[in-house]
Formats: sequence, C-alpha cells, structure tokens
Amino acid sequence: MSEKLLNWDEVLIGGAIKDPGNSKNYETGSWRVERPVWNPDTCIQCMFCWVYCPDSSILTNEEGKMIGIDYDHCKGCGICVEQCPSKPKSLKMVLEAEAKGKTEEELRKEVFSK
Amino acid sequence: MGKKVALTGNEAAAHAIRQIEPDVIAAFPITPSTPIPQAVAQFIADGEMDTELVTVESEHSAMSACIGAAAAGGRVMTATSANGYALMWEMLYIASGMRLPIVMAVVARALSAPLNIHGDHSDIMGGRDTGWIQIIAENSQEAYDGLIQAVKIAENKDVMTPALVAMDGFNISHAIEIWEMEDDKAVKDFIGEYKPLFPLLNTDDPVTHGAWAPPNWYFEHKMSQLKGLLAAKDVVAKVGKEFGEVFGREYGLYEAYKLDDAELVIVAAGSVCGTTKDVVDKLREEGQKVGLLKIRLFRPFPYKELADALQSAKAIAILDRVSPAGAQGGPLFNEIRSALYDTPTRAPIINYTYGLGGRDTQPIHINSVFDRLKKIVETGKIEKQFDCLNLRGEWR
Ligand code: SF4
Ligand code: SF4
Repeated sequence: MSEKLLNWDEVLIGGAIKDPGNSKNYETGSWRVERPVWNPDTCIQCMFCWVYCPDSSILTNEEGKMIGIDYDHCKGCGICVEQCPSKPKSLKMVLEAEAKGKTEEELRKEVFSK
Repeated sequence: MGKKVALTGNEAAAHAIRQIEPDVIAAFPITPSTPIPQAVAQFIADGEMDTELVTVESEHSAMSACIGAAAAGGRVMTATSANGYALMWEMLYIASGMRLPIVMAVVARALSAPLNIHGDHSDIMGGRDTGWIQIIAENSQEAYDGLIQAVKIAENKDVMTPALVAMDGFNISHAIEIWEMEDDKAVKDFIGEYKPLFPLLNTDDPVTHGAWAPPNWYFEHKMSQLKGLLAAKDVVAKVGKEFGEVFGREYGLYEAYKLDDAELVIVAAGSVCGTTKDVVDKLREEGQKVGLLKIRLFRPFPYKELADALQSAKAIAILDRVSPAGAQGGPLFNEIRSALYDTPTRAPIINYTYGLGGRDTQPIHINSVFDRLKKIVETGKIEKQFDCLNLRGEWR
C-alpha cells in the first residue's frame, strides 16, 4: 500500500466506498502465524478447501481446479487443512517463521516427506 | 395558512411525521412516546400518508431498520423514549458515523432504576455524545416545528447527520395545548425533496456502506463526521430563520428571554422554561433584572453564542433535569461553565438538579433559585454550588 492516503477532509462522507472490491488491496496475509502448504501430487480436486476457506484464498484456474494458495490474503486459520479429505491430506500447516525464505518447492518437499 | 388545534405533544409529533411523510418509519412502543407511532400507524391505515411502517421487536432493531432504510436512500424517521433510546445507543453511533440523516422524536424520560416512566432528561443527556444533532423543545408547538426543521437540517449536504427533537415526557407529550398546525403542502414544500448521496438501491453506481476502517482510516472518518455535526450549528440558525419567514415562528440556536440587561439569569432547557418565563415576568414587574436563557440546540453545543448571551449576568443558575452522576455538576452546567471560562465575565455560577422522574417544578421553586442568585450577588459568596429543587430533605 504505497499510494498516498487521504486526509480527513478528503475522505468520502460516512465512510462510504465508491470503488467496490478494494478490500483486495488489504493484505490480511500479514497477520498469519501458520500457513497452509499444498501438495498437488495427492490432491483429488474435491474443492472442499475452496468452499470452506473464509478468506477466498484458494486459487483456481479457468477450469475451476485448485492451483495453490493466495498468501497475500490467507490468514492461516487452518480450516482448509481441517476439511481436506484426501489421505494423506494434501494440505498441511507450517509455522510462518519456518516457511519464510523458502521456495514453494522446497517447502513442499520438507513438509510432505515427513 | 395554518390552523389552531388543541392536541398533545405526541399528536403534534405524529402530525409532523404525517406531513413530512417519510419513506420509512420504524415503530416500537415505549411510554411516553408510544402514541406517536400509534397515531402514525392510524394515519397510514387511513390512507392519509404513504409511508412504510416497519414494526420491530426492540428499539435496537428500530434504529437498525432506520439505518438500513436510510442507507438504501429513504427519508426515515422514528420515535422513542428512555430505556428504548438507551437500547438504541450502539446504533445511534452507527447512524451518525454513516452520516444518515434520520430524524427522531425523543419523548424524554427517566431511566431505571427505580423504574419510572415520567419525564426527565436522563435519556437524551446519556446519548449526547452519539454524534446526533439534539434540539430540545419547550412545548408542543416547538416539538412540531422542530421536527419539520430537523428534516431540513439533517439532510443539508454540509450536515448529513441524524437529528433528534426532544420534548419532556408527559409535561409536553401528554398535555393538551393549543398550537398551530400548518398546511400539509406548505410543510412538504418547506422540507423539499430528499436526494440521498449514495443510495444503496442505485445499482448503476454500486457503493459500499458500513465498511470497516482500520487504524489508518478511522480517525480521519471520525473527524470528517465531526465537521458535519459542527456544520449543523449554522444550518440550524438558517433553517430556523427560513421557517420564520414561511410560517411566522422564527427559531435561533437559543432563546433569550428578557436577557438583554438581566443580572440574575437562569439557564434551562425544555418545559421548565415555560414556568421560568412566568416567574421572570412577575419579577420583572417588581423591577428585578432577571432573565432566562433557554437552550434549544444542545448538540452541537453553541458555546460561543451562549457565552455571549450571558455577558450581562452577575449570577447564573443552570438547571439540569438529570443527576450529575458523579461529575462536577450536570451536563448543561459543565457546558455553560466551560463556555464562560474564555470570556471576560466570570459571573458566579451554580447548578440545580430538578424534575427527576417527573417531579414537579413550580414557580415557588424557580423563585427560590432567583432568591439564591440575588443573595450571591449581594454577599459575593456561593454557599452551595450544587443543590436540588423540590427534593425532600436538604441536600448536603
Ligand atoms: S488457512 Fe484458512 S485462510 Fe488460509 S487458505 Fe486455508 S482456509 Fe483459507
Ligand atoms: S480439499 Fe484437499 S484434496 Fe480437496 S481440493 Fe483442496 S487440497 Fe485438494
């Protein structure tokens, strides 16, 4: 959020918002303590995670298939992991601190090899 | 032309609502304001007005319904009293924060406990910081006139802030007085058509109402809101003047009753001002320089104007129809005394609580206040800064 914020005499009356959908710009992902990591190899594309995610943070492609997680908005609640029915589960939570600085690929290997 | 009618304060409010004919009115009964929505429901049933009556299960819901309807773009009104008003408390902030020009009649009443359904100002004073414009009426005429003006004040584009008009429970709400009811059309012409700023129902131009504001936004929005409330001061004066031009009864921010050269001054709000005027008239006949400053606009508080109006005073008594609740005097006392701090005249100033839970305040009590003020001027001493009127037993 690098754009200049409005002064008190520039804000819209009553806190109304004229550009719908601007909550997209608000990165709720910064609150996260743990993050879900996805394993495409065992995922059965049931889309339970997509249905249950309270933050619309499950990413999909044009065919409606699960393709990953939107870490800008995922708050790390773990509901997707709880709901994932595949055996073994295709989503696992890891500590954010441990995930930092690692690529998606490295993380996946680490988490799902255990 | 208007016509003279003999009706109660509640009926005056109901007729004002009928003539304003809002899009929506939320109704939940509570004594002493119950007859207002009751009469309005009858008007609607009789086809005398075209308004959506929303019956709800509490006052919290009543204000919520008002907020929803006002955000949708409607002109919205309701009425309440006492604990009902208190139950709205949370929603009152939301209505003002969302800058929705809802107009409400509040028939002022005591708050429990002990349970009491009679008049005092505990309710409106409890909600004085909710960001609403607060106008206090002395009688049925002012309640009627005030509601009509409130619509125009609240909807002013610089204001866009909800407004309430308060009248004393029973003293006004249930007492029959003669007052002037204006023509339906004249009232409609006066308030004009309401054009909402960002109506939710306008799907061509979608807008979000009631979004959250994180720490980097909330402060700015609250100060923008404050500006709207403060702007109401000039608009109240302007609309009061316009009302006078159209209907012959002009209103200001306050009423100065024989105040020009007054040395002993009472400051009060509501129906007690009628009694006080009688006493002032009698004492003036005896040659005493007494006067009344009647508060009309309580929020935003016109502190500069009120302080200016008090400059001739040698001693002032503020009457609060509410317990000070542990503060240094009642809310009106605190406001007035604070307003005078910045002025050259630092007249001695005392505070009375009166009329709690419907207790009578008669000329004899107002006379005792002026006697006390006289003594203060003579001796230069304030023996009691806070006292009560018509309380059994001496307050100490
Ligand atoms: S952890 Fe919670 S917020 Fe993140 S993707 Fe899973 S369900 Fe959504
Ligand atoms: S719930 Fe599990 S298996 Fe189902 S789509 Fe999501 S990750 Fe794949």
